[in-house]
Amino acid sequence: MTEVRIPAPAVIKGPDAATKNERAREVFVPRGARRRTTLGTLRERLRWPLGVYTTPVVILIAWEALARAGVLTKTYAPAPTSIVNSAVDLWQQGVLGPDLAISLQRAGLGLALGLTVGIVAGVLGGLLRSGEYLFNGVVQVLNTIPLLAVLPLMIVWFGIDELTKVLLISFGAGVPMYLNLFAAIRGVDQRLIEMTRTTGAGTWRLVTRVLVPGSLPGFLVGLRFSLAYSVLGLVAAETVNADQGLGFLITQGQTYLQTNQVFVGLVIYSLLGLLADQFVRALERVLLRWRPSYEAS
Amino acid sequence: MSSAVATDLRRSTGVVVERVVRRFGDRTVLDQLDLTIADGELVILLGPSGCGKSTLLRLLAGLDRPDGGRVEVPAKRAIVFQADRLLPWQRVLRNVTLGLHGPDAEQRARDVLAEVGLSGRERAWPKELSGGEAQRVSLARALVSEPGLVLLDEPFAALDAITRLRMHDLVRALRTRHQAAMLLVTHDIDEAIALADRVLVMSDGRIGGSHEVHLSAADREASVAREELRARLLEDLGLAGRH
Repeated sequence: MTEVRIPAPAVIKGPDAATKNERAREVFVPRGARRRTTLGTLRERLRWPLGVYTTPVVILIAWEALARAGVLTKTYAPAPTSIVNSAVDLWQQGVLGPDLAISLQRAGLGLALGLTVGIVAGVLGGLLRSGEYLFNGVVQVLNTIPLLAVLPLMIVWFGIDELTKVLLISFGAGVPMYLNLFAAIRGVDQRLIEMTRTTGAGTWRLVTRVLVPGSLPGFLVGLRFSLAYSVLGLVAAETVNADQGLGFLITQGQTYLQTNQVFVGLVIYSLLGLLADQFVRALERVLLRWRPSYEAS
Repeated sequence: MSSAVATDLRRSTGVVVERVVRRFGDRTVLDQLDLTIADGELVILLGPSGCGKSTLLRLLAGLDRPDGGRVEVPAKRAIVFQADRLLPWQRVLRNVTLGLHGPDAEQRARDVLAEVGLSGRERAWPKELSGGEAQRVSLARALVSEPGLVLLDEPFAALDAITRLRMHDLVRALRTRHQAAMLLVTHDIDEAIALADRVLVMSDGRIGGSHEVHLSAADREASVAREELRARLLEDLGLAGRH
């Protein structure tokens, strides 16, 4: 490392200083040394007052303004405030609460089933050669079938009640979990596995200290996909046949041209997706502390 | 080969390799190779890249099987690879205790980490270590199980010159405390002279030359005997008169 000593109050060259020097030079000082002017901070604040959420908020405000001005008709896109009002109304009427509960219950059951099957099969497939032969072909074939295309068959097989919905969600969650977990376990660095064997560690140590933590990043990718696909499965299952739930709420809103209600459903779906994403992010922060991407090194 | 006679004497200890053959496809990498290492002896295997050094080391480690001949090694072996091969998701201490069992495992790991000069770094993640520190952890991981044989596969090749000299001092210090036979593979002649009890030069899949080194620490750094040994090693490597 080369070290350059700079006299204490760092001199930032002005535009005329640059013209005097025939050779352009650059000066690097600690970030704190270059005092941020209040004007500069203010300008930054004014430009992006809410960080990454600036654009969504601006869109919301514009939407509200356009709706109030009557440019957007109520049946196409009701104002955000009126969507919030409908959400509150629906909640007070005792419609939204039970619908949300039943949707969450379906998603929870489907996820539990799908993730259990996906993880068990993924671990067996990843660790054992026979497990790979047993599951891999089947899941690869299942993976090529679009989730929504399975729905008609499921209705024929399991009717239109809860079972179909739960199975569709678990199908959506299980397949990506298996694929990612399998790839993650097989992708653990062979040199580390070889090293572990030479230390005299047994199979249990190999699994618990090398394969499981080594495949965690891939597992979390799988979890992310699983959560996303389970919401997709939830939407599909509830929109086609339901008499309760968020999807039913949306379909009902569409039938009676209650665009407000449709938007309420959409907002809740997106909130569910956001929550799921934040959940996985929190898991990553805890479980993947060792990864260089979480700290500059 | 003369080592065939010595084999009978050393059969119970260290390493005994008899007429080992290893082929990859049509290429014979190890051709009827004989090698013995006594208990507590530090043997350096010198040779250019691709001469079969690492292949021999992998055979001794049990990571590979010979196509012919016989390899006899202590059951407790440890390897230090060229790359540190630390588990990035385990802290330093857990990396060292990887192959250890028992209630005193952690204490033993702490002791060995102190020996390699890393006490206080038990809770660090491998990515927080410098190259030299990481290699010292892998040295600690190898020594912690008190192996009868330590195999080192160009362990300091990726380190800078200053760190490498420090590691040589460390290896010398560790040898006085751990009575393990050591085989260190390298392509660095100066490293060989600095550390070895015996230097073996590999050529054509066999041990081409064997040189016992009986020099004091000072003589290993600069002396007439050192230069003579260096010249002989260069000659064995087919580089005489060029350096």
